[in-house]
Amino acid sequence: MMSNDIKHHLTDDLLMAYAAGTLPEAFDLMVATHLSLCDHCRARAESFEAVGGCVLQDQDATASMSDSSLAATMALIAQGAPAAKPARPGCSVLPAPLQDYVGGGVNDIKWRSIGMGVKQAILPTTREATARLLFIPAGAAVPDHSHNGIELTMVLQGAFSDEVDHFARGDVEIADEDLHHTPTADISEDCICLAVTDAPLKFNKLMPRLFQPFLRI
Amino acid sequence: MPRIVVMFTEIDTVTLDEPVAERPALKPWRTKKRIRGKPVNKADGSCETRTEWVSHVRRIRDAQDQAAFAELFQHFAPRIKAFLIKSGSDAALAEECAQEVMATLWHKAHLFDPTRATVATWVFTIARNKRIDVLRKQRRPEPEDLGWGPEAEPEQDNVIALQQETAQLRNAIAALPEAQRELIEKAYFGDLSHREIASATGLPLGTIKSRIRLALDRLRHAMN
Ligand SMILES: [Zn+2]
Repeated sequence: MMSNDIKHHLTDDLLMAYAAGTLPEAFDLMVATHLSLCDHCRARAESFEAVGGCVLQDQDATASMSDSSLAATMALIAQGAPAAKPARPGCSVLPAPLQDYVGGGVNDIKWRSIGMGVKQAILPTTREATARLLFIPAGAAVPDHSHNGIELTMVLQGAFSDEVDHFARGDVEIADEDLHHTPTADISEDCICLAVTDAPLKFNKLMPRLFQPFLRI
Repeated sequence: MPRIVVMFTEIDTVTLDEPVAERPALKPWRTKKRIRGKPVNKADGSCETRTEWVSHVRRIRDAQDQAAFAELFQHFAPRIKAFLIKSGSDAALAEECAQEVMATLWHKAHLFDPTRATVATWVFTIARNKRIDVLRKQRRPEPEDLGWGPEAEPEQDNVIALQQETAQLRNAIAALPEAQRELIEKAYFGDLSHREIASATGLPLGTIKSRIRLALDRLRHAMN
């Protein structure tokens, strides 16, 4: 599943916040999915975890545990390990963290059409940020759209191009409010992406926008 | 496929808040040549002290050694508890969670890979996940398993190299200017976003981001 061809990686900000555990769930899902494909960023994320380990070691004060705490922990241990998650069958499109949110592989995604052949599937995360899968038919363009906040888009299948660059499997495009772009899927294959935004998704605002093709052209 | 070990490598990537051109060029500090028998970086102290917690975890894995566990518990449980209190937990919940984190360490001892993390780093990740689960009440997506898992007995040289580099990182963090180190600690412990740190410290958001970036630059420099 690992790829050495990834050109567009995650930022220090995102990797550090993922290591610290302070990101909204939808962003954690984006980072975990990218790290599943990118050994380079995985090593960088591990560095940021090492910073956390050092800070844990060298706190200026510790908090003493009660006298009975070791015995209580041994009793917890005696109850046995929690059941391991059942292994999922492999999927060539969805890395394991995404399969957990879809509840299966690429064929189990519950797509909803949002017009012009483009489909999306919202994934169940906490509401501070939104994660969704996007399906763009081969050769099709997603109408120019702006973002309410930061939007990260990672390619899982196929590829797309926009005014910024060309993005293939594992590549992450980071767009802010100011980027107006028209991602166009490569002609060779339908494109599937994971898109995460820090603005709560507003269906009634997003849907009409996507239904207005080429509004800005 | 060989593992690529690259810590803090700066790469050409779009940042969330400023153009790439403004960022200083930085060298990676861990594009690793781990030559057998030749640890890459020098560090203080003997190998025994630096890898001692590793052997404790192995004793738990191999022999369910309760004495080794008690020593780990004595060292780490009060640190986990303090970490959770700083993250906003009350003392009773922090105590309960620290016990659960230590129980997880026991149950997952076979998954610990000392060529990729020190015991302190590993404990931090378990405690962090507990905090996300209990305090933030959200799921924690984790990357797909690498497939090969920890080797039964990884190369001792690789274990020592990782422990040495982390010791070096620890020294570099301790040597950071106070203001930078505080912000790093807040970023990891406060469970605060940059924006929330800004309102808690009264520092503008830009100052916080640039201080954290300066701190990371210093750490990279120290690791070169
Ligand atoms: Zn990457």
